[in-house]
Amino acid sequence: MALQAASGPAPAQRPGTQRSITLRIARSNPAHDRSTVGFDDFEVPYEKWTTVLDAILEVKKRLDHSVAVRYSCRQATCGSCGMMINGRPGLACFTKIDELNSSVVTVEPLQNFPVIRDLAVGFDSLFENHREVKPYLDRDDTELDNIADGELKEYPQSPEELEQYIQFANCIKCGLCNAACPTMATDSSFLGPQALAQAYRYVGDSRDRGKDSRLKVIDDSHGIWRCHFAGSCSQVCPKGVDPAMGIQMLRGYMLGFGGGSSGNNQK
Amino acid sequence: MASVDQEEGNAGVEAGTDSQGRYDGAGSDSGARAAADGNRAGIGGMANPGKYGIERVAYWLMRLTGLGLLAYFIGHIYETSSILQGKMGWDEFLAITQTTEGHILLAIVIGMCVFHTVNGIRVMLGHGGVGVGRAARPDYPYVPASQNYRHKLGIYTAIVLAAIAMMYGLAVMFGV
Repeated sequence: MALQAASGPAPAQRPGTQRSITLRIARSNPAHDRSTVGFDDFEVPYEKWTTVLDAILEVKKRLDHSVAVRYSCRQATCGSCGMMINGRPGLACFTKIDELNSSVVTVEPLQNFPVIRDLAVGFDSLFENHREVKPYLDRDDTELDNIADGELKEYPQSPEELEQYIQFANCIKCGLCNAACPTMATDSSFLGPQALAQAYRYVGDSRDRGKDSRLKVIDDSHGIWRCHFAGSCSQVCPKGVDPAMGIQMLRGYMLGFGGGSSGNNQK
Repeated sequence: MASVDQEEGNAGVEAGTDSQGRYDGAGSDSGARAAADGNRAGIGGMANPGKYGIERVAYWLMRLTGLGLLAYFIGHIYETSSILQGKMGWDEFLAITQTTEGHILLAIVIGMCVFHTVNGIRVMLGHGGVGVGRAARPDYPYVPASQNYRHKLGIYTAIVLAAIAMMYGLAVMFGV
């Protein structure tokens, strides 16, 4: 169902009438034709609480079931429904149509990721870069080695030490930061803000002993030195991770200005 | 587990897809990378000063002024090399900068130089982790601490100082 898209601000709701917006959905299927990217317009009714994902699912339910979209939790926890919403990366389930203040809402696949179809993109590069920075506590002993008097002892950590990194542990790997990053826009080898912020999450963890090996991975021409502190990653993060802060603190740590945990670097 | 709602594909084999026409991710690294490059934002997406606030504008201006100063540096070397042609050659080349267009060009160079210097100091401090805030549990609506008033003030200061320097330069060159 293709309609003419209107432009301008969203009309004010009159009593007894239901508001509607034009939802422009990018359509492409690279498996069939890499060169063709088009838009289909759908007139979708909405309420104050309607999210972009609700509108897309309404289209799938009533107008065109072939629209491809990835989603799962619908509560900004799984990080599956990231997409470009009116030209800016956002989670479809976390973006209310009412807040966009526009009569036309355009949704496109996340930039800087390969398109699978329509709004669904492949996250292999994101996960691969995440794996590269060793997103785990890197040490030779285990919690089992700390057994004393028959009881399992956890790695000790003070609340202050926890505060050093807990913010960065909120990452849900939705890829919005990588889509907003200006360096990712032109450099396919760049690790990206998601992976670099996660590197700091473990560098800042006092229980970790693998800082040296982790820093070797990111100390690369396509690693941390490619970040130019544009801060766009932090502005689109739906969980308040602030990757730009993590990356600058990590770089400060590498340059000897502080940051990171005071724990032993050796395993 | 996330799901991808789509019709069953029936296409042939292509890079980044399996025999059923479905995306196979890392099955072909070069294919996946090429597919990603097809959706990469590119230079236009890199600039995009309208969607991400003043920090992105500063990033864009920093790159632009850097390239502009590089171009000026190359032109400056070419200009000063005219001294090899003697005093007459030097004076002839220098006369180019004494025109209205030359004055405007030099004023732009002054502005670029001031912005690049002041914003560069801000960025270098940020790169060292200075003034980017402290890690803390985030509260909704999640205002990023790294995009704080100190850095915004640094950006606006760089822009204002560049504008003042340009105006002063124009006033001197045009003898106002």
